[in-house]
Amino acid sequence: MGRRLVAQTRIELTLTLRRGESVLLAFAIPMLLLGFFSKVDVLPTGSGRSIDFLFPGVLALAVMSTAMVSLAIATGFERSTGVLKRLGATPLTRAELLGAKTLATVVIEALQVAVLVVEGLILGFRLGGGSIGLAVAGAALATVAFAGIGLLMAGSLPALTTLAAANGLYLVLLLLGGMVIPLSKLPSGLRAVARALPAGALSDVFHGALGQGASVPARSWIVLALWAAIAPVVAALRFRWE
Amino acid sequence: MPAIEVDDLTIAYGMTRAVNRLSFSAAAGEVLALLGPNGAGKTSTVEALEGYRVPASGAVRVLGLDPIADKRRVVPRIGVMLQRGGVHPGIRPLEALRLQAALYPSPEEPEVLLERVGLTHVRRATWRQMSGGEQQRLSLALALIGKPEVAFLDEPSAGVDVSGRQVVRQIVRELAHGGACVVLTTHDLDEAERVADRVVIIDHGHLVTSGTPAELMTVGGGNEIRFGAPPGLDVATLGKALMAAVEELSPGEYRIETPPSPANVAALTAWLAERDLPLADLRAGRHRLEDVFLKLTAITGEVPAVRIDEPAPERRRRHRSGAA
Repeated sequence: MGRRLVAQTRIELTLTLRRGESVLLAFAIPMLLLGFFSKVDVLPTGSGRSIDFLFPGVLALAVMSTAMVSLAIATGFERSTGVLKRLGATPLTRAELLGAKTLATVVIEALQVAVLVVEGLILGFRLGGGSIGLAVAGAALATVAFAGIGLLMAGSLPALTTLAAANGLYLVLLLLGGMVIPLSKLPSGLRAVARALPAGALSDVFHGALGQGASVPARSWIVLALWAAIAPVVAALRFRWE
Repeated sequence: MPAIEVDDLTIAYGMTRAVNRLSFSAAAGEVLALLGPNGAGKTSTVEALEGYRVPASGAVRVLGLDPIADKRRVVPRIGVMLQRGGVHPGIRPLEALRLQAALYPSPEEPEVLLERVGLTHVRRATWRQMSGGEQQRLSLALALIGKPEVAFLDEPSAGVDVSGRQVVRQIVRELAHGGACVVLTTHDLDEAERVADRVVIIDHGHLVTSGTPAELMTVGGGNEIRFGAPPGLDVATLGKALMAAVEELSPGEYRIETPPSPANVAALTAWLAERDLPLADLRAGRHRLEDVFLKLTAITGEVPAVRIDEPAPERRRRHRSGAA
């Protein structure tokens, strides 16, 4: 069990880091957004410094891009090219495959956080009285929720549709997820929708946990927990291996 | 106990029956070729054995086990080569082999296997940069790395060039020699004739016939002579000369219902010589498997859509052969 899990995790990581678009999505885009908008103060990030809003927001974006977009696209193509089918006739179990994908996602997220923390510190972000533990809990719940949504797309749509849908969803949630534009700036109807989505809930958690004296609203935890509970189950029910 | 057993298998996709009450088996150390035109039900049959398809009725057994219910016990002992590689486009040959090796209890050495399938020259290429034939050989290697007791190879020679085919054939023979049962599908009669110990011919999901290539090629061949000559010969006159029924099967393809004795063959060639007619080819006694196939599938009342050789799918990018 251990050997198969390690081998599969290693190959997942190797292949992810070999794909230019994954690296772009996981590292280049979040770093660019963080660097650019913290120096060019054009976003309505309120009276405080831009970096204090942007850093937690971009962390949320990083989690979403890896756990949902990258996972959906990679798994969608593995399904359409028969990779999953072939693995189905080997001793690798579904649990091991899922475990390997989870581990690879967590490792990539850890690398993203490491890179973004260094960049954030250079740009002047300082952790106020926040709680890293709460942020990690939020990231874990969000990873499960996003992975569920990503695998739901990958397992039920054609690969190219998944590619388009995942990228489209990325853009929508980037704008409606409280990552670069505060949710408070959205019109009230849209804001209510945004807060019910996992992206908005995650950025609320990060802003609360890593912000200056802010706290995490209970609503955000409930939203994240519901998505994390429901999305993977729906994905598992709808997943088609071929 | 046979290594694989297909017992009264029916596989249905909605209303259509891809496989209809098919039965056959194969022993350890045996190469069995499932032969039939495209859409005959070969892949469905193999996929039932691999545990991908649930039989509508009937049963399949692999090493005495049910490939779906006993999946965890079956998979370490089988090797599967899918018709469409099923390999990650960005992976390199050794990476794929090492990963696959890590999944099995006592695998082959990846480097050694890479050499055996003749792919050391593309070790730096990724799957998508390899040619169709190279991809097929890597797929074959992936199916064999776990030292399978039963190997299922779906169209292992499709898109492989002549030298690649020899490599594939040799590896299949070696595998059977080592005691494994090899089940391969093909629509290439020549391939089946060269590599298989036993051939199972199926068409429209039905068993047409089975036997060793030698047996199949002598089916009904003991009492006829077949020859090729210009179309439109006067078969009545020829029949009178030979005192046997002569039939033009298709333009330029003739059958004489007479034992292929040297005297009868001599009479035929003499008749042609008198009229200064060329003889394109002459088959007496043994048929080529192709004739058998056409003859037998014609008996089932359907026109077989035989494609003797599938054109090699050209890949977008070829690797540079000097890359290694």
